Amino acid sequence: MIKITKKAALPKKQEAVIQVIAIILSLACAGIVILAMGYDPLEAYYRIVEGSVGSTMRIEQTITKAIPLIIVSMGILVAFKMKFWNIGGEGQIMMGAFGAALVALNFPDTLPAPIMILCMMAASILCGAIWAFIPAFFKARFGTNETIFTLMLNYIAIKFVTYLQFGPWKDPNSGGFPKIETFSQNAQLPDFLGTHSGWIVAILSVAFLYVYINYTKKGYEISVVGESLETARYAGMNIKAIIISAMLVSGGLCGLAGMIQISAVERTLTYSISAGYGFTAIITAWLGRLSPPIVMIVCILFAMLLQGGAYIQVAMSIPSSVADMIQGVILFFVLGSEFFMQYKISFMKRPGSKKEVA
Amino acid sequence: MQNIAIQMEKITKSFGALKANEDVDLTVRKGEVHALLGENGAGKSTLMNMLSGIYIPDSGSIFVEDQKVTFTSPRDSIGLGIGMIHQHFKLVDILTAKENVVMGQKAKKGSRDKDLSKEIRDLSDMYGLDIDPDKKVYRMSVGEKQTLEIIKVLYRGAHILILDEPTAVLTPQEIEKLFRIIRNMRDRGCAVVIITHKLNEVMEISDRVTVLRKGRSVATVDTTDVNVGTLIEMMVGKKVDLAIKKEKGQEAGELLTMDGVEVRDKDGKNALENISFELKGGEILGVAGVAKSGQKELCECIAGLVKTSKGRIFFQGENIVGKTPGDIINLGIRMGFIPEDRLGMGLVGSMDIVHNIVLKDYKGQPGIFLKRGPCARKAEKIVKALDIMTPDIYTPVKKLSGGNIQKVLLGREIDSDPKVLITAYPVRGLDIGASYKIYDLLNEQKQKGVGVLFIGEDLDVLMSLCDRIMVLCQGEITGIVDPDQVTKEDIGLLMTGGPLEEEVEHDKNN
Repeated sequence: MIKITKKAALPKKQEAVIQVIAIILSLACAGIVILAMGYDPLEAYYRIVEGSVGSTMRIEQTITKAIPLIIVSMGILVAFKMKFWNIGGEGQIMMGAFGAALVALNFPDTLPAPIMILCMMAASILCGAIWAFIPAFFKARFGTNETIFTLMLNYIAIKFVTYLQFGPWKDPNSGGFPKIETFSQNAQLPDFLGTHSGWIVAILSVAFLYVYINYTKKGYEISVVGESLETARYAGMNIKAIIISAMLVSGGLCGLAGMIQISAVERTLTYSISAGYGFTAIITAWLGRLSPPIVMIVCILFAMLLQGGAYIQVAMSIPSSVADMIQGVILFFVLGSEFFMQYKISFMKRPGSKKEVA
Repeated sequence: MQNIAIQMEKITKSFGALKANEDVDLTVRKGEVHALLGENGAGKSTLMNMLSGIYIPDSGSIFVEDQKVTFTSPRDSIGLGIGMIHQHFKLVDILTAKENVVMGQKAKKGSRDKDLSKEIRDLSDMYGLDIDPDKKVYRMSVGEKQTLEIIKVLYRGAHILILDEPTAVLTPQEIEKLFRIIRNMRDRGCAVVIITHKLNEVMEISDRVTVLRKGRSVATVDTTDVNVGTLIEMMVGKKVDLAIKKEKGQEAGELLTMDGVEVRDKDGKNALENISFELKGGEILGVAGVAKSGQKELCECIAGLVKTSKGRIFFQGENIVGKTPGDIINLGIRMGFIPEDRLGMGLVGSMDIVHNIVLKDYKGQPGIFLKRGPCARKAEKIVKALDIMTPDIYTPVKKLSGGNIQKVLLGREIDSDPKVLITAYPVRGLDIGASYKIYDLLNEQKQKGVGVLFIGEDLDVLMSLCDRIMVLCQGEITGIVDPDQVTKEDIGLLMTGGPLEEEVEHDKNN
């Protein structure tokens, strides 16, 4: 007979060991699938590492993927800390990108680059924040379900940008190809130390979040609201204001990531720039246990997986969706391992001396 | 030996580094009421949970009727006739008594609804229980629910009953009734184990007592050989002055006045109706009443947590109706509130002591950053002053024992130097030592001229601690009495004194 009992809290070290075991098991499990597809899993894994950090260029590529993921994860983290399930990262990235593009396309070559970049950043933060404000307001005012609300807003944002790309903002000089005009030079984020300077923004966002969550009154309020609404009320906190302000930060960060993507990577607005970062960030924020530095590390590992996945498609002609599969399996195992941290499973015999009872 | 129901020998159980039980011996005979007594954390619940199959002992043996047994799940324990009645009822509100009884049971061959009702009636008659099989649980009083729980385990064939603090939620009259039932079961050869904190009840109901202290069994004695004083000495390990002191408070004027206050619950029914009273400085005003008579709403409407629909609340002459807790803090109104749900409302369980002190403090801090330094010093001070047992001030409060959690909460509220202190069941779940510490602290506040509102459940305590007692019944005040002028039974009558629906129905059934 199998018996499941609750465990006393484990020391941090042991928790880490269990999680490492979970990741190893998940890689083994994904390996079986790769094997079944007719490829050598060990080689595939080796190639993923090689493809993500094997040369300077590949490292740069990996970092380029890590940057938006880190910033968006920070945004998601703030909301999750408050137990506000912001699934709307995609939409907030999109609207942030839209805001930045609005500035970039309206003032081509007129503003000096630094001012231009700063204005684009401000516009993206503002638009992302507005997109997050909508569900936050309804949650605070009417108690609507934020999960569905934020999810639906994603599609509205994506369709809105698609409309711009195929309609009013279509570049007349593109020969009928549905694309928005490439930004002028002053709207493009310059490179710094090898990759585009978005990495500075990413690191700053991690530092900002770390301080915000751990050392400010606002961060403290967010944590209390996340733990217990009743306690927050008891302490005289203005819960509605806290929900809204935290979501403004959350949406603002996601929006900023959108700006970085269009300014530094795509150099124009497209309907695909969110590229699933808003969803992946949910995973990374959760796996990183809502701690900004750990989330950052998880984001870098996930970026390696993304980059390496693209590489094995070329190197071994394995579909890059294998990388998605591995992501899913890792998440599955790591979330599953939480069970083993909280419960103990023991096997035991049924009592032999069970007697008839009147 | 034929008449031994349960024998537990050298039971040891650890949780991590903590030894909850160590070499505990317990023998319960058939046809006796056996009280299990001990301070919080003494290991009573752990021991009983092993007997009911929820935990498995690390070592030691359990014999049920001379047969050595190993339980791997509660099912095994129920199968051997052991039934546990938990402090929190495990009933489904929208089902009838009958449905609750059979729930989760394999249907007996050919059993029909009518047979079942009859079976329940037979059981009820046999043990002197009083229950209507077709009554829905949500219409039952607390006493009836408890009776139903007892029937539930009896129906499952239990002849060894464990009751975990069964009297905590009952009125004196209901307790009397429960004791009659327990005696009845004893006379029919059942073994009854009763876990309780209330020493008077141990003396009244039990035949023998086993005292646990710090996870070890201290002694098993015949109840007739001991008195309350010796029992406490065994529990605590030293002599304790038992009397709750009623100090003279430093008299001050009226601090809090309620005038015709009405509060509606979610369904729009009145949870509080026409509440008028005043709380003076230097007094402890007790509030008695069966559970859910409006105590929670009373506290929360004063603290600004629920809206009032009528009436006025004055704090030193200022009307605070309609103010939120935030407003009240910002107005500089010094009011302390110890809510009933300590971890759910008063504290943040996953945060450490310092961050829980911050909760009351941070609003007054200038700037955007959180200043922990002063709070850490405050935390150190409170831990020392109230003797809080904790590894350090950075331990999450939910890891502390119930008494220590309460001390953190009370310590924080007292530290804010309140004029009015509202305490909802401040000693619930606390052991004797901790309870007396809390009474002392409340008396200390009273002497300083603080007005204390004390929502209580143990009438003995209310009568010896409070200067006046206000009795609530279904959201209305049925009387404000001087405890020196009335008896416990008088208060019990006031507690049910309103136009009680249950009583009317009860009469119909009879």
